[in-house]
Amino acid sequence: MSVFRKFLTTAVAATALLTSPAFAQEDVRIALVVKALGIGFFEAAAKGAEEAAAELGNVEIIYTGPTDTTAEGQIEVINALIAQNVDAIAISANDTDALVPALKRAMQRGITVISWDSGVAAEGRQLHLNPSSNPLIGNMIIKLAADQLPDGGEVALLSATTTSTNQNTWIEEMNKVMGDYPGIEVVATVYGDDLADKSYREATGLMQSYPDLDAIIAPTSVGIVAAAQAVVDAGKVGQVNVTGLGLPSEMAGAIESGASKSFAIWNPIDLGYSATMLAYELSQNGVEAAPGAEIPMGRMGTLTLDENTEGAMADPFVYDASNIEEFKSIF
Amino acid sequence: MSDSTLQARPETRHVPDRLNSRAFRTLRSWESLLLAVAIAIFIVNSFASPYFLNVWNLSDATFNFTEKAMIAFAMALLIISGEIDLSVASIIALASTAMGLAVQYGAGTPELVVIGLAVGLLCGAFNAVFVTIMGLPSIVVTIGTMSLFRGISYIILGDDAFRGYPASFAWFGQGYIYWVFTVEMLFFVIIALAFGVLLHKTNFGRAVYAIGNNPTGAMFSGIRVQKVKFILFLLTGLMSGAAAVFLTSRLGSTRPSIATGMELEVVTMVVLGGVNILGGSGSIPGVVIAAFVMGLVTFGLGLLNVPGIVMSIFIGLLLIGVIALPRLWTMAANRRRG
Repeated sequence: MSVFRKFLTTAVAATALLTSPAFAQEDVRIALVVKALGIGFFEAAAKGAEEAAAELGNVEIIYTGPTDTTAEGQIEVINALIAQNVDAIAISANDTDALVPALKRAMQRGITVISWDSGVAAEGRQLHLNPSSNPLIGNMIIKLAADQLPDGGEVALLSATTTSTNQNTWIEEMNKVMGDYPGIEVVATVYGDDLADKSYREATGLMQSYPDLDAIIAPTSVGIVAAAQAVVDAGKVGQVNVTGLGLPSEMAGAIESGASKSFAIWNPIDLGYSATMLAYELSQNGVEAAPGAEIPMGRMGTLTLDENTEGAMADPFVYDASNIEEFKSIF
Repeated sequence: MSDSTLQARPETRHVPDRLNSRAFRTLRSWESLLLAVAIAIFIVNSFASPYFLNVWNLSDATFNFTEKAMIAFAMALLIISGEIDLSVASIIALASTAMGLAVQYGAGTPELVVIGLAVGLLCGAFNAVFVTIMGLPSIVVTIGTMSLFRGISYIILGDDAFRGYPASFAWFGQGYIYWVFTVEMLFFVIIALAFGVLLHKTNFGRAVYAIGNNPTGAMFSGIRVQKVKFILFLLTGLMSGAAAVFLTSRLGSTRPSIATGMELEVVTMVVLGGVNILGGSGSIPGVVIAAFVMGLVTFGLGLLNVPGIVMSIFIGLLLIGVIALPRLWTMAANRRRG
């Protein structure tokens, strides 16, 4: 029957098309599992993973993930990876808990499992790689402002809400290191509630209340963009520098206009690179991921694990006019 | 099991379900065609990946379709009767959220199962009331409840998660009956048999076909059309509740995003199984084979690390091909004749 034959040939041909890659068994296979494919941030992380693989030499990176950011999708991916008996899985999880049974099974079958970026509950992985840590972020936001003010000056904070845990922790950490930056004075802290219009009004208000203001620090991606716009609209570019934490894609305009000299956020390339290095160390060099362990990760230095076997990769990465072009299309 | 149900087919089809015979005759061989595709995919996969022919891997692969197939069986009956339920994935979310909530109040495994199934039934009844009593089109009603049911989950949970399910609850989604045979597989077989008998061996099943082909005619033949449809919505809700029990047990936690997009995979499975999307024809053995086809394709492509997006394209092409082929066949045949 011809329908039958046609259908069969199509199915076989289509499947055969997708089966070309040869299997290089001797390579160490490290799977970089992301929340979903087609997200610039993770594509950049995959680039970093490839860089690490090239440096290590005998590593094959399997960059994979589901279509939607669901736990079920990631479990299907994990099952397929377990079936292939890969050497290591480095995952940015869609769900802290739901992946634990699947990842436990992977570990039982001798696969190294680490999480990065978005973590898995401790029993479902050997270590978790945070892009940065609260003290490092707290220090970075004030350092960014101080670097532009060699003779000291007045800075103000534009935060999210009064109850935002992340922002409050970072500001607290920042206050601890203020002694390292003599001459820098924090004159006010205002809250834009992570709303573009309220953040804009608060930033405008700051410039009116403190005519000598030198910098606005916004440790929130909404606030920093709104503050930069307020500075441009007030005609204070060059007088007030906006800095803090933001996304390159949203901040490219502010860097271009000069409203912001520099800002910081994690670097996905470094993150993918470090995750790959750590996975390799654990699976090939017999490194134990115990609390207090110090694990090398190539050009990114070493990762020190805390009592929850978590570690912070590095300072947030600084973006300015020299690299914004490269990163604005990534995330 | 599939042998006995397959043999049962000719008996139940003595009375033609539809009168446009040529398209119907093509459909008649549907299951055998699909089975050949499944075998072909199995063989191609075995050659394509050295990891495919491993009983444990194949056992893991069944999780890709068992829960979806449970809903697909009920959905098949619903679609044969000319209705559809697009809220099934959202019913899973709501049932799972209800179970998670019950855990916080100390519910044990038996209570959780009852709650999951009951919420599924209630959601099914909710859909049924709007469709059968108020006479609204099911596609519109269930698009509405699709947002409604999941919306309630989001209100209860926000971006939080329920966890702490009792250890014994894990049996449903993570347990094994014997060797590589999972608990989910056992229930898959039981539910497939139950729906196979219901559709192909009972008066109720004949009524479902009759309604799908001609609701007015069915009504004049003394079939209580709305009552049958009401029951079908209840069954679909119940099976969604069952899928929620298995999926929640397998994940060990509940988030409101659970099972997002699953309704389309369920409908795909049903249509791939040879059920006419316009109602009136289809069979349970077809859906069983379609479940295996989809499971084997996604698992095989997963083993080759084909990205999920390419996998969706492949499933989409498979579905379009499957729907278009019989139509093309009829068109070609008509042209040859005329």
